[in-house]
Amino acid sequence: MAGKVKDEILYDHNHDGIDRRGFLKCMAWAGTGAFCVMSGGVLKSYSLSRLPELSGKEASGELSFVQISDSHMGFNKPANPDVAGTLKAAVDKINALSAAPEFMLHTGDISHLSKPEEFDTVDQILKSAKPKDVFYVPGEHDVLNDDGKQFLERYGKGSKGGGWYSFDKKGTHFIGLVNVMNLKAGGLGTLGHDQLEWLEDDVKRLKHSTPIVVFAHIPLWSVYPEWGWGTEDSAQALAYLKKFGSVTVLNGHIHQVMQKVEGNVTFHTACSTAFPQPQPGKADSPGPMKVPAEQLKSVLGITDVNYVQGQHALAVVDSTLA
Amino acid sequence: MRRSVSIAVLVAAVVIGIGTIATGQNHFLARAQEKAATAEVKIDNFSFGPEVLTVAAGTTVTWTNRDDIPHTVVSTDDPKSFKSKVLDTDEKFTFTFSKAGTYPYFCSIHPKMTGKVVVK
Repeated sequence: MAGKVKDEILYDHNHDGIDRRGFLKCMAWAGTGAFCVMSGGVLKSYSLSRLPELSGKEASGELSFVQISDSHMGFNKPANPDVAGTLKAAVDKINALSAAPEFMLHTGDISHLSKPEEFDTVDQILKSAKPKDVFYVPGEHDVLNDDGKQFLERYGKGSKGGGWYSFDKKGTHFIGLVNVMNLKAGGLGTLGHDQLEWLEDDVKRLKHSTPIVVFAHIPLWSVYPEWGWGTEDSAQALAYLKKFGSVTVLNGHIHQVMQKVEGNVTFHTACSTAFPQPQPGKADSPGPMKVPAEQLKSVLGITDVNYVQGQHALAVVDSTLA
Repeated sequence: MRRSVSIAVLVAAVVIGIGTIATGQNHFLARAQEKAATAEVKIDNFSFGPEVLTVAAGTTVTWTNRDDIPHTVVSTDDPKSFKSKVLDTDEKFTFTFSKAGTYPYFCSIHPKMTGKVVVK
């Protein structure tokens, strides 16, 4: 372990070489995607080219869901003047998955400017997806001008405070967190005292063997604080989840796939369905990355997640829209 | 059109004349800046430029978002001295600073973006 940089994947049981460097490569071959299986809190990673070698049991599970993120409906600039079209392509991709997902998670930035018609368009497009239930958490673009009032009216039924909530599906405990409200000058994403207290209480009653999936917009790990890609008080949230054997954290916001394993926790960020953003520090700012039109769909995507009961395993598969 | 141009020239000439008489040649430039009483902040590449803007009291400051991504201009004072709506590409926000002081602000969507207006 000594000498390894902090965000390397520490275990590579399949000798795929998918550590951080490998993963960046994986982003370059985004046309093929990555497949990850978590077993006993340890991530196993495969390139999708090895998928045919995996047994059906490894590749599919008893619980399957899909994550989409950063639809940015209303964005109309290069490299994507048609974010509705690429969201439809994402839905087509979801509908074509061999194991139909039971539901979808949307990890925020549904809209670009919080306009009612932008939310309406996304709702309309997602109606054609096979999975009917969608669980949302807001991105900062969804809570502009009204401190999230509209978002909560549309998507926050049954949620607490600023929109956080939890639910159980087939033995897995899902926790939707909100880290885009009340941001402080110079700071990062924030969960805040009330939400942290709720989280501590929410997981108290759960057995340590319960698989946990946390989803929130801004990464709950420090991806690149210089661009605001992290959450101020995420360490406190993760401390409450330490006792669990399997924790999977799904985020959006950075419009690219990144992942990291830290102890029992696997962190994963999803592609956008709208436009890509540069790798950390690889541009003057995190503004939209312009790519040739024919490459656009290879840098957008969806994330498919499978849980195999009894194996303590969550399989995370990213596929592009290409 | 031609008439309005000549009126503008005439008005400018009168203003310059009054300014010169009232304050003397040495103070003319400073006076002219105060008279103009406007200043600009450009938002480019997720930053405010200039990051620190110094103006005279009474100056109207205009922020223009030149990024492909929306931003806001929000005072960090409590209570907030000013707060823009979300600014999409090329949209502007203006605020007139009537009292001397230091006015820190940030983009509430991208809080790493901070700036300051110093009013003398």
